[in-house]
Amino acid sequence: MDHVSALLLELGLLFLGISVLGLAARRLGLSPIPFVLVAALALGEGGVVPLTTAEPFLAAAAEIGVVLLLLTLGLEFSAGELFSSFRRHAPSGVVDLVLNAPPGFVAGLLLGLPWEGALALAGVTWISSSGIVARLLGDLGRLANRETPAVLSVLVLEDLAMALFLPMLVVALAGEGPGSAVAGVALAVGAVLLVLLAAQRHGHRLGRLLSHEDDEQVLLRLVGLTLLVAGLAQAMGASAAVGAFLVGLALPASFAERARAILGPLRDLFAALFFVAFGLATDPGEILPALPVAVALAVVTTATKVGTGWFAARRDGVAVPGRLRAGTALVARGEFSIVIAGMAAAAGIPEIGPVATGYVLLMAVSGPVLTRLVEPLSARWRPAVAPA
Amino acid sequence: MELEETLLPGVGVRYELRTRSGQLLGIVVQRDGGAEIAVYDRHDPDRARGVFRLNAEEADAVADVLGAPRLTKRFADLSKEVPGLQSARIPIQPGSPFDGRSLGDTRARTLTGCSIVAIVRDADVVPSPTPADQLRAGDVLVAIGSSEGLEQLARRLSGQV
Repeated sequence: MDHVSALLLELGLLFLGISVLGLAARRLGLSPIPFVLVAALALGEGGVVPLTTAEPFLAAAAEIGVVLLLLTLGLEFSAGELFSSFRRHAPSGVVDLVLNAPPGFVAGLLLGLPWEGALALAGVTWISSSGIVARLLGDLGRLANRETPAVLSVLVLEDLAMALFLPMLVVALAGEGPGSAVAGVALAVGAVLLVLLAAQRHGHRLGRLLSHEDDEQVLLRLVGLTLLVAGLAQAMGASAAVGAFLVGLALPASFAERARAILGPLRDLFAALFFVAFGLATDPGEILPALPVAVALAVVTTATKVGTGWFAARRDGVAVPGRLRAGTALVARGEFSIVIAGMAAAAGIPEIGPVATGYVLLMAVSGPVLTRLVEPLSARWRPAVAPA
Repeated sequence: MELEETLLPGVGVRYELRTRSGQLLGIVVQRDGGAEIAVYDRHDPDRARGVFRLNAEEADAVADVLGAPRLTKRFADLSKEVPGLQSARIPIQPGSPFDGRSLGDTRARTLTGCSIVAIVRDADVVPSPTPADQLRAGDVLVAIGSSEGLEQLARRLSGQV
């Protein structure tokens, strides 16, 4: 079999496989991410089916997948929404960081990872999956609930924090010491603030530059600009992902709506390939030994995430059942934990792969299940003091 | 009436309406134009129950159902409050001289003293129309004025004057 036919066959089977897994996941009311990860573990070297021909393509597709994931993340929230979440829920964001990042950092050190690896693991346990959580809230009919603004605000703040955390991580992984990591963060804070302010004033110009009545033109211009900025950011020693995120942030809300619709299918395709590539790079034989640590980490960070949601919902005056719903809804970790772990693995700390994979598998499944379980609680809940 | 507005980042806006009868209505208007309408749990007032999910088209239909009669009702109320002031719904019949012409061409205010406050066209309502708005056969004009003025306007629109 020649090279081209082998490549096409492998990719065709891969996409069909992902489609079947996605369908099964949605039937169960779960995210397809853990399913794709498990399937990818079974593939590749040491797995059931080797994907030798497709591997170089997958590696490149995975890079584009990360860029598109971060671009759509930046498109998801407008600058106004970021500012208003920050004003109202800044303390919740701090609690989120203080409760959820240290368990990952400590576990990383205990596992014998270098401090840069521990930092990456802190990011893995810190950031909830906004994709899984947002979808979950819609599926469970919780959009009108009183705790929902608090949950969404925490997600927005985490996404903003990603824009600061990723450059710091990239600098740290480059091995230039804590000093330059701090400088990297300072630079990132400056860049994010600059883009946010510029977007408020001049975002509509960028929107006009990219808009065209033809969807194809919009797609080409948007992807072209994003890859250009991402490439420049990478060349400057920042991260391609952050460059893409900033592009998404800079686009005005009026254009973002259309961009999301046009970009959606492309993002789904490449993001799926990114999860496959991550799973392929992880040796399935190492998952089992890493599982006890992943389970311990899952138990601890489930509790800390519930605490975060509890705190945020209480700030909005929500009662106990709502606080539990908010906390459990935030438990799910997913795409961004994988993005962070992928960066660390690519930078020469492959030991983070198995523990991060095990952890995300557990959290992406247990989060949605847990928050469904607390739903009936409110039927039994009676306030201690009856309202007058 | 209390209408509270809360921003839902990445989703849309939630409105909460406490009605005079004490019921609480929650409406989430999503960015794509869809909407969710919910009432809240009696025991757990933070929790939405009985959620209606509307796509953009359905939400528009509901808005029209609630919007069109409300508008005319408001003018009916107004005419009750101000003695001598009446409101009327005057159709543009096929064959009317104003079919295809602008609202300004009717010179309603100059000739009859009536104000045209809305144009009802099928399920749509154009509130506070401008003189440049085009009229079509089948439109219904919502007008307020004196009863003589309204009669005059109805005759003029049907082409009798």
